[in-house]
Amino acid sequence: MRGRAGALALGLLALSLLLSAACARPSRQELVVLLPSRDGAPSAVEVTHGQTRTALDQPYDAARLRGEGRLEKGRSSEGEVRGTFGTALDAQPLRPASFTVYFLEGKDELTPESLPVVGQILAELARRPAPEIFVIGHTDARGSHAANDALSLQRAGRMRDELVKRGVPAERIHVEGRGKRELLISTPDGVAEPRNRRVEISVR
Amino acid sequence: MAKWLLSIAGLLFLLGGLPMASPARAADVGQIKVAKGTVQIQRDGSTLAGAVGMGIRPSDVVVTGADGSVGIVFADASLLSAGPGSVLAIERFVFDSTTHEGAFETRLQKGTLAAVSGKIAKRTPDAMKIRTPSTVLAVRGTELAVQVVESAP
Repeated sequence: MRGRAGALALGLLALSLLLSAACARPSRQELVVLLPSRDGAPSAVEVTHGQTRTALDQPYDAARLRGEGRLEKGRSSEGEVRGTFGTALDAQPLRPASFTVYFLEGKDELTPESLPVVGQILAELARRPAPEIFVIGHTDARGSHAANDALSLQRAGRMRDELVKRGVPAERIHVEGRGKRELLISTPDGVAEPRNRRVEISVR
Repeated sequence: MAKWLLSIAGLLFLLGGLPMASPARAADVGQIKVAKGTVQIQRDGSTLAGAVGMGIRPSDVVVTGADGSVGIVFADASLLSAGPGSVLAIERFVFDSTTHEGAFETRLQKGTLAAVSGKIAKRTPDAMKIRTPSTVLAVRGTELAVQVVESAP
């Protein structure tokens, strides 16, 4: 008796599972593809579906899910990615472009070699819709934090002024000073190093 | 364990206490750089037309029509772009432009999404998450594509 009831319950459960799989919801398909990274940086994405977890860590590794099925790891291809994601990829904004200009020791004056970079930044701005500019000033390791924080901000401000003078709207430019906190060339404190006296400009 | 909890508490404190990056206006965390065809932003119960230069805020839902596509740059320099017939919810975006600590969570309800991770994922692996109706993607870097298709049986 008990066995029969158990079998009946099991049968009903199987039937309801079948029904829900067959006609309850629209079937859904999901696809995740790891793409080659443009700068060659190591790349990975971990895909979790319920208790199942899979890592995609090679270009064109793919995870697929069909309906109520299991997560399946497999491969995609350049052709499939182009066919499925072409429009989304075409809408990808331009990558940020980075520039560095250098300054004379203790001053907010550009080195002569850095002057042409201003023109390059303007050309980059002209290519972009609704461009934004992030200007971050740095110093070398000579002097106090307070003095260098002020000098780095002054250098970034000088760069902003150069751009504004050439017609870039000031509200598109974000200025920051990091003082001697982020040396490009690591030196002991108090050391003068021309390559650290810089302003980094990121155009997005 | 206690140490781990403490560092989480410290991070939350930092995230709450420091000024966040602000691309255009204070509340904006990103900006539309590419908009083709029909692009709409659902914000606070209203629907706005999405256009190049428009700011994106946390809790915005980005919707593209059958002819639409959109590309957005976020404050941490991550890039998201969506193809036609997509619904992409920006669920959370927190970013400290000095330490690069933060969290970035989005949900693709349907359609196609191409993503390039930025400084948040670089600084903290797994801090950038993309959800779909059935999965959670923890982005360790850097470029990926996601598709969600809903079709009648």
